[in-house]
Amino acid sequence: MPGKLKVKIVAGRHLPVMDRASDLTDAFVEVKFGNTTFKTDVYLKSLNPQWNSEWFKFEVDDEDLQDEPLQITVLDHDTYSANDAIGKVYIDIDPLLYSEAATVISGWFPIYDTIHGIRGEINVIVKVDLFNDLNRFRQSSCGVKFFCTTSIPKCYRAVIIHGFVEELVVNEDPEYQWIDRIRTPRASNEARQRLISLMSGELQRKIGLKVLEMRGNAVVGYLQCFDLEGESGLVVRAIGTACTLDKLSSPAAFLPACNSPSKEMKEIPFNEDPNPNTHSSGPSTPLKNQTYSFSPSKSYSRQSSSSDTDLSLTPKTGMGSGSAGKEGGPFKALLRQQTQSALEQRGGSPHRFCKRREFPFFTLTAFPPGFLVHVGGVVSARSVKLLDRIHNPAFVGIMGNTRSYKLLDWNSFNADEPETRDAWWAEIRQEIKSHAKALGCHAVVGYSESTSICEEVCILSASGTAAVLNPRFLQDGTVEGCLEQRLEENLPVGCGFCHIPYDELNMPFPAHLTYCYNCRKQKVPDVLFTTIDLPTDAAVVGKGCLIQARLCRLKKKAQAEANATAISNLLPFMEYEVHTQLMNKLKLKGMNALFGLRIQITVGENMLMGLASATGVYLAALPTPGGIQIAGKTPNDGSYEQHISHMQKKINDTIAKNKELYEINPPEISEEVIGSPIPEPRQRSRLLRSQSESSDEVIELDLSHGKKDAFVLEIDDTDAMEDVHSLLTDVPPPSGFYSCNTEIMPGINNWTSEIQMFTSVRVIRLSSLNLTNQALNKNFNDLCENLLKSLYFKLRSMIPCCLCHVNFTVSLPEDELIQVTVTAVAITFDKNQALQTIKTHVEKSLQRASTDNEELLQFPLELCSDSLPPHPFPPAKAVTVEKASPVAEGNFRNRSAPPCANSTVGVVKMTPLSFIPGAKITKYLGIINMFFIRETTSLREEGGVSGFLHAFIAEVFAMVRAHVAALGGNAVVSYIMKQCVFMENPNKNQAQCLINVSGDAVVFVRESDLEVISTQQPTANCQPLCTGGEVTT
Amino acid sequence: MTNELDIFVGNTTLIDEDVYRLWLDGYSVSDAVARRVRSGILEQTGATAAVLQSDTMDHYRTFHMLERLLHAPPKLLHQLIFQIPPSRQALLIERYYAFDEAFVREVLGKKLSKGTKKDLDDISTKTGITLKSCRRQFDNFKRVFKVVEEMRGSLVDNIQQHFLLSDRLSRDYAAIVFFANNRFETGKKKLQYLSFGDFAFCAELMIQNWTLGAVDSQVDDMDVDLDKEFLQDLKELKVLVADKDLLDLHKSLVCTALRGKLSVFSEMEANFKNLSRGLVNVAAKLIHNKDVRDLFVDLIEKFVEPCRSDHWPLNDVRLFLNQYSASVHSLDGFRHQTLWDRYMGTLRGCLLRLYHD
Repeated sequence: MPGKLKVKIVAGRHLPVMDRASDLTDAFVEVKFGNTTFKTDVYLKSLNPQWNSEWFKFEVDDEDLQDEPLQITVLDHDTYSANDAIGKVYIDIDPLLYSEAATVISGWFPIYDTIHGIRGEINVIVKVDLFNDLNRFRQSSCGVKFFCTTSIPKCYRAVIIHGFVEELVVNEDPEYQWIDRIRTPRASNEARQRLISLMSGELQRKIGLKVLEMRGNAVVGYLQCFDLEGESGLVVRAIGTACTLDKLSSPAAFLPACNSPSKEMKEIPFNEDPNPNTHSSGPSTPLKNQTYSFSPSKSYSRQSSSSDTDLSLTPKTGMGSGSAGKEGGPFKALLRQQTQSALEQRGGSPHRFCKRREFPFFTLTAFPPGFLVHVGGVVSARSVKLLDRIHNPAFVGIMGNTRSYKLLDWNSFNADEPETRDAWWAEIRQEIKSHAKALGCHAVVGYSESTSICEEVCILSASGTAAVLNPRFLQDGTVEGCLEQRLEENLPVGCGFCHIPYDELNMPFPAHLTYCYNCRKQKVPDVLFTTIDLPTDAAVVGKGCLIQARLCRLKKKAQAEANATAISNLLPFMEYEVHTQLMNKLKLKGMNALFGLRIQITVGENMLMGLASATGVYLAALPTPGGIQIAGKTPNDGSYEQHISHMQKKINDTIAKNKELYEINPPEISEEVIGSPIPEPRQRSRLLRSQSESSDEVIELDLSHGKKDAFVLEIDDTDAMEDVHSLLTDVPPPSGFYSCNTEIMPGINNWTSEIQMFTSVRVIRLSSLNLTNQALNKNFNDLCENLLKSLYFKLRSMIPCCLCHVNFTVSLPEDELIQVTVTAVAITFDKNQALQTIKTHVEKSLQRASTDNEELLQFPLELCSDSLPPHPFPPAKAVTVEKASPVAEGNFRNRSAPPCANSTVGVVKMTPLSFIPGAKITKYLGIINMFFIRETTSLREEGGVSGFLHAFIAEVFAMVRAHVAALGGNAVVSYIMKQCVFMENPNKNQAQCLINVSGDAVVFVRESDLEVISTQQPTANCQPLCTGGEVTT
Repeated sequence: MTNELDIFVGNTTLIDEDVYRLWLDGYSVSDAVARRVRSGILEQTGATAAVLQSDTMDHYRTFHMLERLLHAPPKLLHQLIFQIPPSRQALLIERYYAFDEAFVREVLGKKLSKGTKKDLDDISTKTGITLKSCRRQFDNFKRVFKVVEEMRGSLVDNIQQHFLLSDRLSRDYAAIVFFANNRFETGKKKLQYLSFGDFAFCAELMIQNWTLGAVDSQVDDMDVDLDKEFLQDLKELKVLVADKDLLDLHKSLVCTALRGKLSVFSEMEANFKNLSRGLVNVAAKLIHNKDVRDLFVDLIEKFVEPCRSDHWPLNDVRLFLNQYSASVHSLDGFRHQTLWDRYMGTLRGCLLRLYHD
């Protein structure tokens, strides 16, 4: 009995009236964990019952503690008939299982019913006593910490980053069991909620075990998703990055006797590199990547696995960075990596379970300084699969028409099943890995996986960024000796990651290389696409912006294999077009790199949708992007020519306008990097060109007409015309607004503390008549643009502000419906400070630094030195959301404040970012991972679909906040709405919605509060002269 | 292409004050959008009408969901569904319970019953306030009335505690509840010139001095019902006009004191007995519920109108009423000095407030 769970039910409030006669309720509570149930007394005739129960004690295995949720059911006692359920609360007790996190869960939880929504609240206290018996064979993994955050959490330090962990569990979906025909929707929903909760717990425990096996103590970048495969079942899968983390006890531990933060940053490579350089390196032989092979573990011996990929149904496409910009380039790159093959034999080729260590993948998107050495480009792979029962032998018995249902212990019957799904994913991962290798990279960072399911067709997608990493952080011996040659080289801060990792003479795709504009030593591509966040030390010019490519393709309705084949055939074209669109839009913005790229391909009955979002940036290290040139096919036609030149002018104007808008003035400073041997400018440019021309045959692919660096669009048909038009229709956000889909907005670093996280959902119905690809594209484009416009309008009171981590999800719930869900956070910033752009990059990166070390460093340093730049978050600017506008106050008819101050509900902030501006996260309380179903049979009465979903999302937010508050936290960071599946049947007046959200519960402290304490010190010690009188009085 | 579903949910609930006002004023979504367009918001923000429509719908939905909570404001504070900063919560409540002068004048003193609710159509037509808004205001009055009607303790405090209103608004509601409970007539044509503020002022004075609460703070209904014993006793004042000597003495005391100080002295002298009779008879009649209802009509007829027809300046009215009340203390034969003060103190305040054009 390694654990004792104790629960006390204190009270309820705002309960619904369950007895119409008395307008009151006789409520009692059932507390269930595993198979044990306790009940409180019935509290008669009250809507605010005070049960004040004894402590209910459950003695359980820690394995159960991890898997099972605590289930609290509030009921109305009825003497004559069955007791009516008021609602339930599920509490995940995982946060209580590891030290450093929460010690008690205590607070008001909304009582939730899947039909009625929130019905009152209940006050509960939960504690766990764990008995340590670490020696026995463990099935549990108590103590492994989970973080959704895709960077090393603040207040921790990464000792070792072990690598990829993944797991999936499968079960039958209760919604599709025969019993669902006779039970109530409520029972069915609750069965589903409970099952997913159990499966998540099990999944987390299993991943924890893997982490312990790797000798890690935490999972960072934990992403759990579920696939509703309908009749073929329900898959819950998760990926993450195993790490060994150290809690930062005091900032002092991180001060290795240095005086300034900037100095410290530069010193890292020197100080901590154990092996000084022995390789010679220079522009002529910049890379030696091929010489090392990445073999993360000795057990790795699955060379044959690459053959698996050939069997797969789909074209897997690898996207390179680099000169994918050249016309024809991307397509060729795609084709080269594409493997078209016949359908996978059903039940054929038994895939073996692949060992997880095979994959050098990292779900992180931001890294400790020095971790990321080079970035190769985006790698992605997709595969179309048929969700077929034959692959799941265990299901045949129950899923067949006979439907002889028996209550199966899902632990036992699915034992065989996950392998199919596992094999699918293993295949995709293998693909990703080989793409990365082709880019000369041994690792993939910013890695993520997703699925899109429509009926029995499923598209599996994975993407990441090929990269070369510093082995210092990886487990000993994994990547031995592969990187020393990079470190000793004194790489200038802010450009190292841009340098190509692949061999110039043997490039995986045609790329146009130049010498780095920052250090002039290494080669860089002309364009860089990545899925990660902008490294904090990257040298950036101007501001970034959100760039989206949107695409629809009609597809014939088809069944099974024919459908899968049709989809497979469409995918490469979609990838290509999405890529071209991204490239065009990037050029139009006058930028040269994309970060946080996420391409989502959604499959529907009769169409495919592609939506790519990324944050465009101008990297100082990369060459200035050329413009876009339009070339017509029929040069003799005069009016046509005129039209073309008109378009050309428009495009040029747009580029110029964008450059101004995003403050892209490539700095002359970079031309005069002190100390580096640069040739005289004119000479150099000639030198560069001649080099690239002579270098290799890649140039043959280059287009010969026009300016060398110009990007040519050929308008040869109406389609291309449309493309050009759509380029120009994207409206920039109104002034005062910026947007990005990464953690931090490049070029803005002076956040003030007002944040507003939101979710917006839109569904449009397409007119079924005359649907063409163009009309579809336009509809989809308008949908996204209008949605953005609405957001800008709604958040106008926050100007100047930036929408960060803008996350679009597209789904096709029905034939003619397109659903777009957006979650993002609006953060205000200080405009005045924003104007001071003359800061050096190092300073900028420091201020912006969201990585732990610098932030901690900066603080104590400021206490004793007033020569440092002003604090990024001066207390005066720390305006909270709570501030009322003066107008609002003025409108009261009386000066005396109404007695509203005694509010008992604490504010809980939510943000998709890993940090809270103007605040310091002091404690991580555990992961929040919640799944809810809401159903209604009175859709009209609840305000239609909008009213229904609006209320439900508000309720989900409320439940997340309540759980965080009960853990003792005041914010959720890295919040993400992973799923929002909405189904309606207006004819039956019904609707159903499933939502899955996750995030990290944290405690934060305002920096202004911290300063109150600290300012006393400097006034006393360090600054006795400066306005001391004013301060002390 | 049509929007099937279109929602925006913030972690902190967004409240647009302008849209809230339009919603409170009972405008439909399309009317509200039209009004917002006219306000020039499209030009200011560069938004389109579709954006405005979607935004307005979102706010309306939010307000609709909040309305249930606004019916019991403490619930709004403790609920978990909408995260709203306290200052915004206060604003929501205050605005929700705010009412239109034109509307309150129509229902002030009326029974807050279904019957009155049926008349809201007419009130809406008459005042130009939307029926929806009339309903909200009426329901607010009724809700507050129901909650505090039978409560002990100060009326204003009770309202403030249960509805979390500002001090000013709580006082207004106290007046509304007090008027509704005592059914004072306020709708007669000759009372039309009076504002809600005038009545509220009188209500406050009456609550402070004429109710049970004025003597005993531990009884039910203390601030809502008039002190019956006090009303009973008021009959005793009749002697001031019934006893001719007393009346003459009273008159001479007042005239002596005011001679040369009033611009309308002769008119006052001529009218004294009438005025005094009027005021004392009002007091004596208050034992009957019907006469309580007609209190304001009587005051206007018996005092305000005669003075106004003689063009008394307000200051003369004040001097007269002061002297009229004070002189009674010098009447040796009169034994009900305290009663007189309780009555006249309040009445003097009321009359001065009611005396305007």
